[in-house]
Amino acid sequence: MIDIKNLYVNVEGKEILKGINLSVKKGEVHAIMGPNGSGKSTLANVLAGKENYEVKGGEVVYEGMNLLELSPEDRARAGIFLAFQYPIEIPGVSNTNLLKTAVNEIRKYRGLEELDAIEFLTMIKKKMGIVEMNQSLLNRSVNEGFSGGEKKRNEIFQMAVLEPKLAILDETDSGLDIDALRVVAGGVNKLKSPDNAVILVTHYQRLLDYIVPDFVHVLYKGRIVKSGTKELALELEERGYDWVKDECPVGV
Amino acid sequence: MSNTELTEIEQFTNQEYKYGFVTDIEADEIPKGLSEDIIRQISLKKEEPEFMLEWRLKAYRHWLTMQEPDWAKLNIAPVDYQDIIYYSAPKKAKKLNSINEVDPELRSTFEKLGISLDEQKRLSNVAVDAVFDSVSVATSFKEKLSGLGIIFCSFSEAVKEHPDLIRKYMGSVVPYTDNFYAALNSAVFSDGSFCYIPKGVRCPMELSTYFRINASSTGQFERTLIVAEEGAYVSYLEGCTAPMRDENQLHAAVVEIVSHKNANVKYSTVQNWYPGDKEGKGGIYNFVTKRGICKGENAKISWTQVETGSAITWKYPSVILLGDNSVGEFHSVAVTNNYQQADTGTKMIHIGKNTHSTIVSKGISAGKSNNSYRGLVRVSKNAEGARNFSQCDSLLLGDKCGAHTFPYIEVNNPTAQVEHEATTSKIGEDQIFYLNQRGISTEDAVNLIVNGYCKEVFKELPMEFAVEAQKLLSVSLEGSVG
Repeated sequence: MIDIKNLYVNVEGKEILKGINLSVKKGEVHAIMGPNGSGKSTLANVLAGKENYEVKGGEVVYEGMNLLELSPEDRARAGIFLAFQYPIEIPGVSNTNLLKTAVNEIRKYRGLEELDAIEFLTMIKKKMGIVEMNQSLLNRSVNEGFSGGEKKRNEIFQMAVLEPKLAILDETDSGLDIDALRVVAGGVNKLKSPDNAVILVTHYQRLLDYIVPDFVHVLYKGRIVKSGTKELALELEERGYDWVKDECPVGV
Repeated sequence: MSNTELTEIEQFTNQEYKYGFVTDIEADEIPKGLSEDIIRQISLKKEEPEFMLEWRLKAYRHWLTMQEPDWAKLNIAPVDYQDIIYYSAPKKAKKLNSINEVDPELRSTFEKLGISLDEQKRLSNVAVDAVFDSVSVATSFKEKLSGLGIIFCSFSEAVKEHPDLIRKYMGSVVPYTDNFYAALNSAVFSDGSFCYIPKGVRCPMELSTYFRINASSTGQFERTLIVAEEGAYVSYLEGCTAPMRDENQLHAAVVEIVSHKNANVKYSTVQNWYPGDKEGKGGIYNFVTKRGICKGENAKISWTQVETGSAITWKYPSVILLGDNSVGEFHSVAVTNNYQQADTGTKMIHIGKNTHSTIVSKGISAGKSNNSYRGLVRVSKNAEGARNFSQCDSLLLGDKCGAHTFPYIEVNNPTAQVEHEATTSKIGEDQIFYLNQRGISTEDAVNLIVNGYCKEVFKELPMEFAVEAQKLLSVSLEGSVG
């Protein structure tokens, strides 16, 4: 579904990603792990199309398209979803309003008819169960006054509504207690299907107990230095990241 | 946020001001300049009764003794009052009984403005008194309204047909001595609307007027007077558009509202004057005095406005709460972009007992503009039980614009309750990116956020205007997020 080839990315003049190669196919769950500053969030943001991330080399092919040429909204409409690490508040815009606008933009892009208010609300109600979403949060402004857990749940709720093909979860587990983590992970699992794919960006192995990855990649200083299966994550948990750093050739 | 290179957001170019065109009708003009002679000519052309000319001359003589105010936080190029044409009427205009008699060229102008009189009559129940430059053309629905005793006609017509009402009320809320621009307006006012609702009558339709400034160098000095007798109700809409021009054009209007016991007047404005080009050239100078008086018990006056135009705006719709239990409301969204400057707000003067006022002001600044809110809440000594709630919010789009608040609160009675809240916020690039990532374009994202911000004001607008207001906002804010 998505092929990242030799991607080099600078942020504020500094080289952060130094030749990333990654292939994710339909139905797969890939975990990207790594110590702070390794470039995990940079990867997530550059795929989503955030400004000020300069691609210095390489390419990203998504469903046969040159992803880097698309605007962030077109990438979203083409089925890419980023669950933000720090979801931002948008006062004055209700969650319902945001989702209805987003859903219809995506439907328009795919040549589908837009949903009217009733169709939309019916659809939303069904999705709320996936993350045990509280009805009262729907009419509130996006993330305004939400606790950390509620914000992350809101991200997965949006994912449930928008049904992306490729979901990139940027440290979705950070700041969550066990119960919130269970609900969020449960939601992601319910949404997994043979037709979509997930890239999980995380520090900790803990999330991977709930969302079991097919592949685990270790990102260190802007490069994927090791790839493996879920066992690799367990090993990292036990031995920490220093082990991987030591294993890497000098100059990497 | 990067300042050295153009962000994606800054790269959006402004939509062409869609009303930037000129109608090709011959205008019947008086030569430029201002003098007693010119005023006599104006009065003569309008076939006014003697009392009106006298009033104009008194106002003019008083104006000569006055000085332009300079206390507002505005950067104004000096106005040359002799370089303005004070009267311009389309030559083919004459008294018309029905819409069918309207000059076809004029009709097409109205259609371009999106207010085809035919459509108005057919689709909505809005009576339209369209003002074209200085003369009112085509007043519709006259029969329907007059059956109820409602008078809705051009101001010029009212001067001739209802001189008693004009003499009684004109200048009673805004005397010509009030301020520099009110004096000027009183001397040279061209036309406007007159609306009178008799006792106990509820006007069954939204009353509306559209304005246009066309001929080069013509100032627009319209004068509107609305009188609601005891127990009456009227909702009045005012909307304006103007063509592209290089010279600044002066707009010094006066609106007076009188609300008697148990009466309710709702005055809504959606303003779309040409704001000046991206460099700040051209554009309308909008200096307006709008004031209402709640004369009787339980009287109510509401001002609701969406202002997105003018190069310079100086405007404080106010309410004098004279009657006991009277209510004054002010809901406003004022948008400034590029080089626009606005110094606007309201004055609520509490005089009677148990009076109540509400102020909700939402300022949106973008580009290099400056948006100031200047409000006064005054509770006089004998105003027992006065209550006021004020909320002034500023939204800054980008880092080159300014928002300022000057709230004046003067309380002279110990039983008063006055509350004031103010917030300042920005639309961040992170918010825009978040919405982008949900499939929403930047333009739509800004609209979503701004509309959410203005919701509280928009819901006070009559429905027909609410939609136009939203569209107006999105046109005014293109290319403004940072």
